[in-house]
Amino acid sequence: MSTATQDAIVLDKVNKWFGQLHVLRDVTLNVAQKEKVVVCGPSGSGKSTLIRCINRLETHQEGKIFVDGTELTDDTRALDTIRSEVGMVFQSFNLFPHLTILENCTLAPIWVRKMPKAEAEALAMEFLTRVKIPEQAKKYPGQLSGGQQQRVAIARALCMRPKIMLFDEPTSALDPEMIKEVLDTMIELAESGMTMVCVTHEMGFARQVADRVVFMDQGEVVESGTPTRMFEDPQTDRLKLFLSQILRGH
Amino acid sequence: MSTATTTHAEVARREQPPMLVAGPLAWARTNLFNSIGSSLVTLALAYFLLKFAASFIDWAFLKSVWTVPMDPATGKLDPEACRAAKGTGACWAVIWDKYRFILFGRYPFDEQWRGAVVIVLFLGLFVVSAMRRFWRKELALIWIATLAAIGMLQWGGVFGLRYVPQDEWGGLPITLILATFGLAFAFPIAVLVALGRRSTQLPAVKLLCVIYVEVIRGVPLISLLFMASVMFPLFMPAGMSPDKLLRAQVAIILFAAVYLAEVIRGGLQALPKGQYEAADALGLSYWKKTFLIILPQALRLVIPPLVNTFIGFFKDTSLVLIIGIFDLLTSGKVAVADPIWQAFSTEVYIMLGLIYFCFCFSMSRYSRGLEREFGQSVRR
Repeated sequence: MSTATQDAIVLDKVNKWFGQLHVLRDVTLNVAQKEKVVVCGPSGSGKSTLIRCINRLETHQEGKIFVDGTELTDDTRALDTIRSEVGMVFQSFNLFPHLTILENCTLAPIWVRKMPKAEAEALAMEFLTRVKIPEQAKKYPGQLSGGQQQRVAIARALCMRPKIMLFDEPTSALDPEMIKEVLDTMIELAESGMTMVCVTHEMGFARQVADRVVFMDQGEVVESGTPTRMFEDPQTDRLKLFLSQILRGH
Repeated sequence: MSTATTTHAEVARREQPPMLVAGPLAWARTNLFNSIGSSLVTLALAYFLLKFAASFIDWAFLKSVWTVPMDPATGKLDPEACRAAKGTGACWAVIWDKYRFILFGRYPFDEQWRGAVVIVLFLGLFVVSAMRRFWRKELALIWIATLAAIGMLQWGGVFGLRYVPQDEWGGLPITLILATFGLAFAFPIAVLVALGRRSTQLPAVKLLCVIYVEVIRGVPLISLLFMASVMFPLFMPAGMSPDKLLRAQVAIILFAAVYLAEVIRGGLQALPKGQYEAADALGLSYWKKTFLIILPQALRLVIPPLVNTFIGFFKDTSLVLIIGIFDLLTSGKVAVADPIWQAFSTEVYIMLGLIYFCFCFSMSRYSRGLEREFGQSVRR
């Protein structure tokens, strides 16, 4: 298997149950290197569960998941290696409140990549500058606004220099005026060539940045295609219904 | 433009609120005298409070007997003056006569200065450990050195110090030894047990921790002390009998670890799941995640119940009375059993209460300081 052309993420007939509830049904999805995929769908469709299976925050019961060529199993050491190559940004930011912004960003490089502290701090400042908040480095997360916290979360994930970035509804918990600053950061990241899988309701972002939009409903992938095709020429009734609800006023 | 101008002095004057709006008089008005009923209750309580305070001061200081003369015939103290004052005045003479026994138990009289040094060393250790600027790796060395010095002073046998067997130790040093070693060793065990109980990967470890916690929690500390003191030697090979103090110490460690473990487990549970997930998503292994992210936050969350447990266990050390170890409280009890001073236990218990209060209240104040300091970064 040549490493240059293998897909970044491969999901092969993935099934997951929460007890009796079947939340992922035969999901098959490939994400190529440098591809940007937006996953959308109504609430309860399994899109968050899907993305959390990719870095094994949730475990799948059937099917296979390959991240960067390696299969996701219960092997903890391989798992930690995979997770250090996959960055994740959460809806509720999940910054570490007992550490400063700088320490939040340098923690993983120092303790996982064994980087010396000075080098890690320089790296962190580089990414904090890239998300446009270098002056907040010595503050604590509780002192920042939501938009700033989310940008720190993005910088923290980027400090591990991941190959893939996962976004789980990154702007859903933000006030409207802060959504733009986070989306701008994500657009800049996309344009720099990062492989991204993003669960979001921001269809404007999808139109601008996504190579492919995947629509999920009740645990299965219903339709997928380019943003233009999906929004202007939806094939299935379920997608038509979803679009009518979400694009009301767009 | 308004023609009225204000000078700086005028503005400053206006910024002082009038006396009846803020300040102690205002507080009294709103809290103590805000209605007829409230005013009556305040006056009644103030009357009883002042009456009690007045009679206590009278008993404790004004009519009290501070020293009693020595009876030349028997060479013992003559407590007649105290007995005459019983009921009206305190007899502090018992303290002057017995304070060395209360503080040091049956430790040889001439060597009791060693016990005093031990107490000072403990106090120094606590004060240094409490100050955050000393929270470095060197602190562990300071602890080991101080505890070694304390052991050396208590036992003797080196540097020309007379050897004192453990049966003769007693008083405040024993209480401090049992409490300090007990909680210092119990805490790491408690952290491991709390983590073990939450383990999803190792069901055997989880089961062991659950059994340990439930069994120890199900029995009183007294029964554990009995078992340690009586049953333990039965299981040891003949001739090998760990000394009584060590047995009591181990029992206290195992008991305290369980209660601390449950407090810590509460903190681990209270931490939002997102913190665990963010640490996982960064690729942190289990132990790095636990020590860098989870424990610092979980422990800060449970400072109040942790200190509560510490204070409780400091006082629980007095239960070693049951197995005949002379801690501070036991020494006090035995001091009062002296036929001369038998009627004056109140004064001795007041003194003991004050000593315990000093230690426990200091822990309490320290905990408030800790909460204030750490609350800053934990507040979300």
